[in-house]
Amino acid sequence: MTNGFVRRYIFSTDHKIIGIQYILTGLIMAIVGAWLAVLIRLQLGWPEHQWVFLSRLLPKGMPSGVMTPEFYLAVVTMHGTIMVFFFISYVLVSGFGNYLVPLQVGARDMAFPFLNMLSYWIALLSAVVMVLSFFVEGGAAAAGWTAYPPLSAVASAVPGSQMGQTLWILSMALFIASFTMSGLNIVATVFSTRAPGLSMMRLPLTVWSFFIASILGLLAFPPLTAGAVMLLFDRHFGTSFFLPSGLVVAGKLLPNTGGSPLLWQHLFWFLGHPEVYVLILPALGIAFDILPAFTRKPVFGYRISVWCLVAVGCLSMIVWGHHMFVSGMSPFTGEYFSLVTLTITVPMTIFGVNMLASLWGAKLELRTPMLFALSVIAMFGSGGFGGLFLGNATADMQLHDTYFVVGHFHMMIGGVTLLATFAAIYFWFPKMFGRTMNETLGRLHFWFTFGPFFVIFFMQHFLGLQGAPRRYYAFTAFDYLRDTRGQNLAISIAALLLVSGQLLFLVNFVWSLFGGLAAKANPWQATTLEWTTASPPPHGNFETQPVVERWAYEYGVQTTDGDFAVQTVPARNVPVTA
Amino acid sequence: MRRSLETALAAALFAVVGIGGVVYGARSWMPPLASRHGAGIDAMLLYLLVTVGGLFLTGYLALAYLIWRGGRRDRIGTRLASHKTEVVLSVVLGLGMAVIAEGGVLGIGMPVWTEYFDAAPPADATVIEVTAQQFMWNVRYPGADGRFGRTAPQLVDETTNPLGLDRSDPAATDDIVTINEIAVPFGRAVRIRLHAKDVIHSFFLPHFRVKQDAVPGMTPEMVFFPTSTGSFELACAELCGLAHYRMRGFFNVVSETQFRAWLSTQAATR
Ligand code: HEM
Ligand SMILES: [Cu+2]
Ligand SMILES: [Cu+2]
Repeated sequence: MTNGFVRRYIFSTDHKIIGIQYILTGLIMAIVGAWLAVLIRLQLGWPEHQWVFLSRLLPKGMPSGVMTPEFYLAVVTMHGTIMVFFFISYVLVSGFGNYLVPLQVGARDMAFPFLNMLSYWIALLSAVVMVLSFFVEGGAAAAGWTAYPPLSAVASAVPGSQMGQTLWILSMALFIASFTMSGLNIVATVFSTRAPGLSMMRLPLTVWSFFIASILGLLAFPPLTAGAVMLLFDRHFGTSFFLPSGLVVAGKLLPNTGGSPLLWQHLFWFLGHPEVYVLILPALGIAFDILPAFTRKPVFGYRISVWCLVAVGCLSMIVWGHHMFVSGMSPFTGEYFSLVTLTITVPMTIFGVNMLASLWGAKLELRTPMLFALSVIAMFGSGGFGGLFLGNATADMQLHDTYFVVGHFHMMIGGVTLLATFAAIYFWFPKMFGRTMNETLGRLHFWFTFGPFFVIFFMQHFLGLQGAPRRYYAFTAFDYLRDTRGQNLAISIAALLLVSGQLLFLVNFVWSLFGGLAAKANPWQATTLEWTTASPPPHGNFETQPVVERWAYEYGVQTTDGDFAVQTVPARNVPVTA
Repeated sequence: MRRSLETALAAALFAVVGIGGVVYGARSWMPPLASRHGAGIDAMLLYLLVTVGGLFLTGYLALAYLIWRGGRRDRIGTRLASHKTEVVLSVVLGLGMAVIAEGGVLGIGMPVWTEYFDAAPPADATVIEVTAQQFMWNVRYPGADGRFGRTAPQLVDETTNPLGLDRSDPAATDDIVTINEIAVPFGRAVRIRLHAKDVIHSFFLPHFRVKQDAVPGMTPEMVFFPTSTGSFELACAELCGLAHYRMRGFFNVVSETQFRAWLSTQAATR
């Protein structure tokens, strides 16, 4: 009996269970990451305030209640790392990817179920190693989530570069191994297990987005793996990949010769830039697909949107240098990267406008998932506009490494992905657990989320224009930053509001898990294949192999079910319109 | 009724965000300008602020309108746009964005960028070497002979010789070394050679629109022309360790005579 339970819910090879495992793990990591964000905002909003109760909780990081600079840098580094790799990657990409792709392509499971289980357990191990690194000598890694050497390579450069940085690298290596396996699995699943009749151009955009994101991951991660190994060697085995001659750190001359710190930056951003698209593409795909369920009409420009995602995917592989405009890289290279980076705005604009145009002529139902999906459109636009500034090398000279960048990327990999994650959870919760989330709490949660989030990161753009550098422990040492104190206070208050608002979600999630109303098989009257099976779907997903007859957006038609036709409705019953 | 109220509320949210954002952003945010090429950078930023501000407002108002309108419909309007509509909209908006984005780079950005990086330093430029280290800026002037003396990392002693100056080199004897303080004469270009001793730092003069990473093993050069006198702050813009947030220097633009006087007091205190 217990054996059965363990096989079924713990060491399961069922993609649905694994998806849910990823989602729960990611949500727990999100709580850790959010706590770190609170600590950051307490420090920046009230730089010298003594938080006595926190000194008891964190005697080493906050003796006497004021955070030490070493703890601050560790917190910033870990906040970024955890949110990017262990929250959004797990919940949105691995979690929903696992859960949705086989269901939406009409498969019984992923192409390689055992590999899938292995990915999850390695991912979990990687998260555990990352969190444990807080407790080693010197504390967690403190060189930022970008881990630029020499800071990250030389133990005496910053306390976090002792054991903490080593664990950071090991954890990242595990993460990459696991993410590569699961990416491979998704690509194989889309290629080889689609239901009869489900051509690529009939796939829901969600599947397309996971598919392209996984390919990007497969192409971009290996160079960073190499980089991580090289960094590990520089740290422990005396190599000099990233360390040039003549380094004098903390008064001591190092023996290294001949390395290049910029090499790391190229390797890191060759991964790092595609990685941000790995995160945002699924967010966009999911929001795009949630819209029609609440506009009750087909989306606008499906085919063009697919090609936009493909174009964005290709372009994202050749723009990494826009993170290095003032790094000392050749200015000619900078011009190239600037021009190519800005071409990305073209497919991104078209995609955004297609989402907006999907609302044209809609009969709008503002249920919770829809509120979040709409705010994805808004946040995506706002983040993209920041990209227009940063991709412009001339403007970036002033904005690089300031809070403008922080505002930009939080809107993108913070906001768009967070809002899409919520949209997805509210939308597919009934399918996953057979229960419905509370609608009133959900809407309330929306109102506590979009507004504060927008205010925080919008204001940060203007901190950047004022010249406030990022990763500063306090803005107290510079006269020209005196005016930013009030803004930082406002941002911190909005951040506390935002975090408190998430309690509404947690309560709703946990309560609905056990006490939510029973959900029907297709509560949103949506058209994709997962809604043709029970909630939750049985092992093997479908009673009989679904046969696909049409595209994924047949809304606004007359059928016996209502105003929509699921993808399996035969063409002779309801005409296929696209 | 309830439905149209809720959608109106959501529409109002996005309209307020759009209008509020533009109002908030319309202030002048940048630190006062103090360099010649910086005018070009500010022009680039102004172009972006204006165009992007317009797009931002249009986008949010369109979203708000569509939500408001959609909440009042009881049946859907046009069900499927024609393929032609889809293509036309994409091409028009895609091209529009390309013109705004690439046009800005090609029309305003690149000329400024090229002029800044290609500028041949004028012969009378003040030449300064800045070596960043945790957590200070070592500043060196070549002295009367106009030549920097030899340095070697082996000679570094953090208390007596932070730059590792080779005192046996005749060119080194008149070099003037200061910490966290740069002075330049008004009316001449400045030419800075940047080094880093330990980790990456970034030389950021917010008022001059100058930012350049100082990377160990590389020696990038910057040339720029101050346009006002005064004392300006120098900040570190690349995470370099615990005191990154207070790695502060001063960049003083003074008159030619004040500059000479300052240099000789610095030389004397050595
Ligand atoms: C309109 C398209 C976009 C453009 C032109 C653009 C451009 C840029 C540029 C040039 C930078 C470097 C800024 C600097 O460090 O000085 C940057 C940073 C960043 N962008 Fe974007 N971006 C765009 C969209 C996105 C999207 C869709 C995402 C994520 C989903 C994203 C995530 C990031 C992140 C995470 C960083 C900062 C990384 C760091 O330094 O810590 N961007 N962006
Ligand atoms: Cu990028
Ligand atoms: Cu620094």
